[in-house]
Amino acid sequence: MDLTLFTRRSEFEWEIPMQGAMRVPAVIYASEALMREMDSKVHEQAVNVAKLPGIVKASYAMPDAHWGYGFPIGGVAAFDPDEGGVVSAGGVGFDISCGVRCLRTGLTRPDIMRDQNLLAEALYTRIPAGMGSTGLIHLNADEMDAMLTGGAKWAVDGGWGVPEDLERVEEHGQMLGAKPANVSEHAKKRQRDEMGTLGSGNHYLEVQEVTTLFDERIARIFGLKQGDVVVMIHCGSRGLGHQIGTDFLKRMAVAAGQYGITLPDRELACAPIHSDLGKEYLGAMRAAINCALANRQILTHLVRKVFADILPSAQLSLLYDVSHNTCKVEEHRVNGGSRKLYVHRKGATRAFGPGHPDVPEALREAGQPVLIGGSMGTGSYVLAGTAESEALAFSSACHGAGRAMSRHQALRTWKGRQVVDELAARGILIRSPSMRGVAEEAPNAYKDVTAVVDAAAAAGLARKVARVEPLVCIKG
Amino acid sequence: MGIRGFGATEAEAFEQAALAMTAVVTDIEAVVAREVITIECESPDHELLFADWLNSLIYEMSTRKMLFRRFSVRLEGARLHAQAWGERVDPVRHHPAVEIKGATYTELRVAREREQWVAQTVVDV
Repeated sequence: MDLTLFTRRSEFEWEIPMQGAMRVPAVIYASEALMREMDSKVHEQAVNVAKLPGIVKASYAMPDAHWGYGFPIGGVAAFDPDEGGVVSAGGVGFDISCGVRCLRTGLTRPDIMRDQNLLAEALYTRIPAGMGSTGLIHLNADEMDAMLTGGAKWAVDGGWGVPEDLERVEEHGQMLGAKPANVSEHAKKRQRDEMGTLGSGNHYLEVQEVTTLFDERIARIFGLKQGDVVVMIHCGSRGLGHQIGTDFLKRMAVAAGQYGITLPDRELACAPIHSDLGKEYLGAMRAAINCALANRQILTHLVRKVFADILPSAQLSLLYDVSHNTCKVEEHRVNGGSRKLYVHRKGATRAFGPGHPDVPEALREAGQPVLIGGSMGTGSYVLAGTAESEALAFSSACHGAGRAMSRHQALRTWKGRQVVDELAARGILIRSPSMRGVAEEAPNAYKDVTAVVDAAAAAGLARKVARVEPLVCIKG
Repeated sequence: MGIRGFGATEAEAFEQAALAMTAVVTDIEAVVAREVITIECESPDHELLFADWLNSLIYEMSTRKMLFRRFSVRLEGARLHAQAWGERVDPVRHHPAVEIKGATYTELRVAREREQWVAQTVVDV
């Protein structure tokens, strides 16, 4: 990216001043090295978001930002409904409420290494993954609506989890305001056989070891010690969310003119929050959030059953569950006053600081856990929200490593089997229905997650707590 | 992932782009044209119609668990009528690398360029 396009506000803050139709500036948080490597489309897309009606303060991009669809991946933007603010289907994306869940196991590395292979096989056999896979749960129309209203709470009530899990999920496991009636029959049909499935692409389930602690105090509050084994699940709202994204992207793109909205890019399709279409989307999107929360809850149950069979001494308790493709209503301080804003995070994680009332009581003094998925075979991070993130980017942080190379290029560079063998030699077991998928997700096809996390921490968006490294990876 | 179809006609460019979309998931040579399905859609302009065509196929791929390798598209004003031939996905034979979430409007373009038509967009995987 051409750095002369920016005003450098501090070592990790780069501003694009207001120009043309921009209503607010755009701000990217990143190191100089990440900025130089960043796709120049991030500049264009962050500027386009800054042109949308009702945007407040700035259009933000996180250190892992890359070229997205309309919004950059790693984009954060808040809108005020009373200033003509919009909700954007493109600004949430197709994989609504895609996110990461982290489970502690109560085990340490030596406890599992003897059974590492067995564990990998059992997880691969019993967690449905990849295109065309179906779950064990098939929902009828009434059950579908109950799931879309109840989220992870619906799953726990159905026996897929324990009530204590819910405290550790954003929105206590149930997104309020969901309207299953606003979800198309097509979207529901896509989901009918997909509950409890991992999906494919960059979605995965990993057994990981805590290899480094950066903040002992917060790690203690999070219940993490060096050498601990944890499980991370990365997936979203499956076919239902994808279809809702598709349905509303078109409807909003077609209707934008009638709301007097000029779209700098059709993918930014949006509608005023107060409009019928805006409200309809919000109801459907919240139903998709519940679908994602229920899905990760069911996967949690499947993982617990596998561990119970192979490592019965394991006690799988939820550390936290975050979503990184959402639009949520939050109170934020703006110019000294408190305002209720619709915060879009597309490939960005909510990161409430210490003391925030929406952080579970047991974790509140530490700040919200922020779970950052790295690439297959490298490492992931557990961070904690900071107080200053509120003023920096509406309490938001990065979400992952971000691709450095296209799938096509990755496929020309590596063979799936070679990636699996190389990782196995390093003690990391990969299981996947698609060797081509493994090649496309090769570790070096992604940016260095450590550089991203270091930049997020240095910018003050979140605090580093622990690094975890994979022992087993089930790839969809 | 970007996909682009070229053709002597607009309909042929739509067909070729659909084939490119299957190639995003698997080796098209591994897909057998066993069954046929019918797709109809309508949109205010041909770029949105192209995205609709791909999204209709994505819906059929998702709900029927199918992959498609042969397409026949007919365009009539704002409407598209099509048939797609393919088979149920077989993980052992097809090794599907990704499932496609949706066709986006990023880099969406349907146009005549010199002697041929081009239809392109980015699909989210």
